Amino acid sequence: MSQAPAICTRGVTRDFTAGQQTITVLHGIDLDIRAGELTYLVGESGSGKTTMISIMCGILWPTEGEVKVFGTDIYELSDTELVEFRLNNIGFIFQQYNLIPAIDAASNAAVPLIAQGMDRHEARERAVEMMAKLNIADQADKLPNQLSGGQQQRVAIARALVHEPRLVVCDEPTAALDASSGRRVMDLLREVAVAEDRACIIVTHDNRVFDLADRILVLEDGKIIHDGTEMPEEH
Amino acid sequence: MIWIAIRMLTGDAQKFYGLVFGIAFSTLLITQQLTIFVNLLERGASGVYNVSSADVWVMDPVSRTTDVSYALPSTALDKVRGVPGVEWAVPHIRAQASVRTKSGDLEGVAVIGVDDATLIGLPKNMIEGSPDVLSQPDSVIIDDVGMTRMFPGQSPIGERLELNDQRAVIRGIADATPSFTSTVVLYTKYSQALNYVPGTRNRLSFVLVGAEDPSQAKALSEKIERETGLKAQTRDEFARDGVDFIIENTGIPLNFGITVALGFIVGVAIVGLTFSLFIRDNIKQFGALKAIGVTNGKIRKMVAAQAALVGFVGYGLGVLGTLAFIWSFSANPTFKGFYIPWQIPIISLVAVTLILALTGWLALRNVLKTEPAAVFR
Repeated sequence: MSQAPAICTRGVTRDFTAGQQTITVLHGIDLDIRAGELTYLVGESGSGKTTMISIMCGILWPTEGEVKVFGTDIYELSDTELVEFRLNNIGFIFQQYNLIPAIDAASNAAVPLIAQGMDRHEARERAVEMMAKLNIADQADKLPNQLSGGQQQRVAIARALVHEPRLVVCDEPTAALDASSGRRVMDLLREVAVAEDRACIIVTHDNRVFDLADRILVLEDGKIIHDGTEMPEEH
Repeated sequence: MIWIAIRMLTGDAQKFYGLVFGIAFSTLLITQQLTIFVNLLERGASGVYNVSSADVWVMDPVSRTTDVSYALPSTALDKVRGVPGVEWAVPHIRAQASVRTKSGDLEGVAVIGVDDATLIGLPKNMIEGSPDVLSQPDSVIIDDVGMTRMFPGQSPIGERLELNDQRAVIRGIADATPSFTSTVVLYTKYSQALNYVPGTRNRLSFVLVGAEDPSQAKALSEKIERETGLKAQTRDEFARDGVDFIIENTGIPLNFGITVALGFIVGVAIVGLTFSLFIRDNIKQFGALKAIGVTNGKIRKMVAAQAALVGFVGYGLGVLGTLAFIWSFSANPTFKGFYIPWQIPIISLVAVTLILALTGWLALRNVLKTEPAAVFR
C-alpha cells in the first residue's frame, strides 16, 4: 500500500452566505489522502462531507486554503485548465448515477472518452471493455431505463473508470441498496477502483459497509473528528 | 459531444416534437402570411400587369391607380399621339357596372374597354376563345375570376348577361391576374364599353402608350407630361403606385404585420417554454457532464447543435407547409399566380434564427450557471 499523498488539503475553509448570514461549513481542514486506499468520508447530514468532497475534486472553490491533487494545486489552475484536469484525472460516481437516458449504457460509460475527443466508436469499444470487467458487457446496448438500479450503478462505475483517472470520487454508492448489494458494490469498487497509483474516496453514512474501508474520516460540524481504520465507538 | 446532444434531444420525443412544432408553426405563419401579403399587394398592380404591351400610362393628374382614376377628355388621345417618341397610343376605359345573370343574380363588375382596332388592353393569354371574338356584336370576354364566381362548374361561353340594361354575350375567357378585390372583369371593345357604362362628358380613363424605344419609357413619360400637362407614368411606376395605394389606404400591412409578429411571439413562447423544460429535465445530466470535465464551450456547442437541429427540421416543415398551402389553393382564382418571393424564406429563416438564438440563450444560461457541485446535492 502506497503512502504517497494523492490529495493534500491545507487550511481548507468554506463559507456559504445565506441572506445576511455567513455560515462556515468547513473549518480549516488539513488532510492527506493516500493512493491505494479505500477512504471513507463519513458524517451526519450537514457535517460538510459533500462540500469537502466537492472541494477535493475541483468542482467547488474553497473560501480559504490549498488543495493539491497528485501534486497540482488545482485552484491555482485557470477555469479551463481545472475542467481539463478533472476530465483527465478524476472519475465521478454520483448517488443518482446521472446517466443520459437517451443513449445506451456503453455510450454513457464512454462519455469521458468522448469528451476527451476520442472517436465515438473507439470510445464505445473501450467502454464495453470496462463494462466487461464489471460483468455488464451484455447490457451495453440497453438504455438506462432498461437496466436495474444495480446495473445502472455499474454503468456509472464504468463511466468513472473508463478513462483511467487517478482519483475516483464516489457519493453515497450504497444509499439505495440493501445490505448485501451494498457490500457487493463496495467489493467491486475495491476491486476496480483501488490501485497503487489511484486514490478512491467514498462519501457514505452507511454503517453496514464501514468494515470494508481502509481508512475512515469522520466529519462533524466542518471538522475532522476522527481519522482511523475503524469507526469510533460512539458512532 | 454533438452526437450526445442530438441524442439527448431526440431521445425526449415529446419535447423534440414540441420544439419542432413551435418552429414549424412560426415558420408557416410568418412565411404564409408574408406570402399572402406580398401577393395581395401585387394585386394592386394587376391592372397594369394585365396590359403587358403598354410602356407608358397617361392619365388625369389626379388619377392614382387603375381603379382610382378620373376621366380624361377624348382629345387627350390626340395630344398624346402628337408627342415625339410615341409609337402608338390607344384609348382605355375602366368603369364599374352591375350585371344580372340569367339566373337573376346581381354582381358588381369592372368593364374594361380596349382599343377597337388593335385590342391593346386585353390580357396576353386566353383560357378559351380568341381576342377576335370581340368583333362580334355585344361580345364580352370574362376573366377567370368571373368564370368561377358567376358560372361555377359550367362554361360561360355563350351565356347572355344584362350589363347596365344592355345585352352582353360572353364569347371568351381571359387568363388575367385578379384585382386586389377579385372583382369580376368583363373586357370589351372601347366603343362597346361606352355603351355599357353610364354616359358622362368624359369617359376615357387612360391612354396607353407604346414607346418607339421602350428602354426610354421614363424619358418619354416625362416628355408627355411636359407637352400635354397630363400625368404619365411608366409601367413599373404605375404598378408601384397601385401597390403603394393599398399600403397607404388599407389596414392590410398592419393586420399582416400583427399576424407575423404573433407568429414570432408564439414561436418564442412555445420554443422557449419547451426548450426550458428540456434543459430543466436534463439539468442533472448537464451538471454531471460539467463535473466530469465538459467545458462550457462544449456545452454551448451542444445546445447550439440542439437548436440547429430543431431549426433545420422545423423551418423545413414550415416552408414545406407554405408550399403545400400555395399549391393546394392554386386552382382558386383568388390565389391565382401566388408565389413565394425568395426574400420571404430568408426573412423566415432570420426570424427562426432569432427565436432559437433567444430561447437557446435563455436555456443555456440555466446550464451555464449550474454549478457542477450541484450534482452532489
